[in-house]
Amino acid sequence: MTMITMAEAINQALVYEMTQDQDVVVMGEDVAGNGGVFRITVDLLEKFGPDRVMDTPLAESMIAGCAIGMASQGVKPVAEFQFMGFIYPAFDHIINHAGRLRNRTRGRLSCPLVFRAPYGGGIHAPEHHSESTEALFSHIPGIRVVIPSTPARAYGLLLAAIRDPDPVLFLEPKAIYRKFKQNVPDTGQALPLDKCFISKTGSDVTIVAWGAMHAEAMHAADILEADGISAEVIDVATIKQLDMKTILTSIEKTGHCVIVHEAARTNGVGAEIAAEIAEHGLFSLHAPVKRVTGFDTVMPYPILEKKYLPNADRISKAVREVL
Amino acid sequence: MKKVAEFFVEYFQFLDKDSKVVDDLPEFTNDRGFLISLYRSMVLTRIFDEKAVRMQRMGQLSTFPSSLGQEAVMVGTGAALKKEDVYCPYYRDQGVLFRHGVTPKELFIYWSGDERGSAFSGAREDFPIAVPIATQSLHATGVASAFKIRKQPRVVITMCGEGGTSEGDFYEAINLAGAWNLPVVFIVNNNQWAISVSREAQTKCETIAQKAISAGFKGIQVDGNDIIAVYDKVSQAVENARNGGGPQLIEAITYRLSDHTTADDASRYCPKDNLDKAWDEEPVERFKKYLEDYHDFNESEDLAIKDECSKEVDQAAIDMLNFEKPNAESMFDHLYENFPEALLVQYEELIAMNKEGGK
Repeated sequence: MTMITMAEAINQALVYEMTQDQDVVVMGEDVAGNGGVFRITVDLLEKFGPDRVMDTPLAESMIAGCAIGMASQGVKPVAEFQFMGFIYPAFDHIINHAGRLRNRTRGRLSCPLVFRAPYGGGIHAPEHHSESTEALFSHIPGIRVVIPSTPARAYGLLLAAIRDPDPVLFLEPKAIYRKFKQNVPDTGQALPLDKCFISKTGSDVTIVAWGAMHAEAMHAADILEADGISAEVIDVATIKQLDMKTILTSIEKTGHCVIVHEAARTNGVGAEIAAEIAEHGLFSLHAPVKRVTGFDTVMPYPILEKKYLPNADRISKAVREVL
Repeated sequence: MKKVAEFFVEYFQFLDKDSKVVDDLPEFTNDRGFLISLYRSMVLTRIFDEKAVRMQRMGQLSTFPSSLGQEAVMVGTGAALKKEDVYCPYYRDQGVLFRHGVTPKELFIYWSGDERGSAFSGAREDFPIAVPIATQSLHATGVASAFKIRKQPRVVITMCGEGGTSEGDFYEAINLAGAWNLPVVFIVNNNQWAISVSREAQTKCETIAQKAISAGFKGIQVDGNDIIAVYDKVSQAVENARNGGGPQLIEAITYRLSDHTTADDASRYCPKDNLDKAWDEEPVERFKKYLEDYHDFNESEDLAIKDECSKEVDQAAIDMLNFEKPNAESMFDHLYENFPEALLVQYEELIAMNKEGGK
């Protein structure tokens, strides 16, 4: 049994799929010779050669637009944006082309690609390196947004993302790239792209989280457990398409819900989940839904980022408030 | 001081504005049948544009961009594409698409406001029309990268206007094409206007062609109203790219004789004198006169071509008008290959709304 980090699990998934499928290529800034600034694509150049592992010039719109062109030919690019903070020049191609190519050609052309980007705070990174803007992308028809929370889920979800015939934005919570290890057998087994994971079952409250906040939610559940409060923890994982069935079923059981994300609160993905609960699960609730989120401020620089990011204490306090 | 690099930009023209031959004609000009086919495509494009503008005025099409005056750029480019090549269009290049297998009916369907017009039955791998300016330049580099990765001897052509070359995407695309030596040819339809902004206001560059130099490859100018120059230089660039010679940029100098689109009124900003002068240089009459002077092309041949093209375009318009309207729920049909369960509620909502005769 080999215990590996999320960073290693993502690399393992890339190696597995590139070995199985000759159409899969990796591209981005510093991904080849350097193996990526987070070393996610390390050794891929040696294993698969320069035709399939490509350092691009430094231009993010180009990375997206070029990947779309490749994908229209059935090449399956896994294109890396070095940080999510630099993805915005590519927004045009993601919203205007990647998400629409299949629809606007009535299925004649499609866009089987994955855009990977390290995202989120917590590593004392410089300005523009720590934001969580998954909500901007989850509003776009035609794409999927996936955020893993553990090494095993990162492996299975990335395989699914690469195999999916449509564009997937795969956001990697860099705070937990190397925070903990798991046994991740290299079986090539993909996970579903439209299902939440119930990470811990419980009966008193449902805590909904994703990405790096999932570990905080699990930690909060441990704290609450010591006080006799039984929390169910759901890892949303697939932000789009959102699996509300699993969340609503859980709330039927617990009657309470706390939603956690590190992104700013207003119009965050938590707002969508809360709205769905209001529409379809209101009568399951014994108390209002509560959100624990980043603030509607600019993401602070490292000195204050801990004050911005939700943590287990804030989550457990919120749970006590709704119970 | 020492000079470390020096550059120049060539300009090519075979027929001057009076259809006089001013340079040694390329080999293909001995092929009368081919020349007539080019002329026919130019006529078809012009008649299509005229019909489309009329149909827009009658409410049968939505906003439409005519390519009036730029038929040589379009047809010369389209004729240089082989069937297996890929074209990444912008939106004023119907003449290229026709030469590559897209039908007038399909483009009428597209401009009537129906996605099915981009299903392109005869150009299966061409990109659909790109409305966001110059984004197609990057898609072209991606298609060309796929050809290179798979070692296929295929070429991509993409086109934009001279205004499009101010976009970051254009620069990013030519830079990548140069860095990766991609089999892609960039055509710039320099028709002097980006809606109301003139060529002079767009850039301080003396030529658009010289932008290629910044990306490390050759950029040339051709007289975009001379179909012989356009076809000759574009086909040379395409075959050079096919043989591993990398990208090229061709700036075709022409003039937009129409409004930007049917929603525009160019008389607000385009000086009438410029327009009158441009009409004297327009490509269809120029080529026709050349054919008459050098290839015994006669009036009855010309009338036959025009009649044939008019009938083809009229029939395409009728076919579009008789094309069965799409079902409302078809907006969900091609969103994803695998229909997401999460969308089922909205899908059923739309179906129920239709059943109830909702509006």
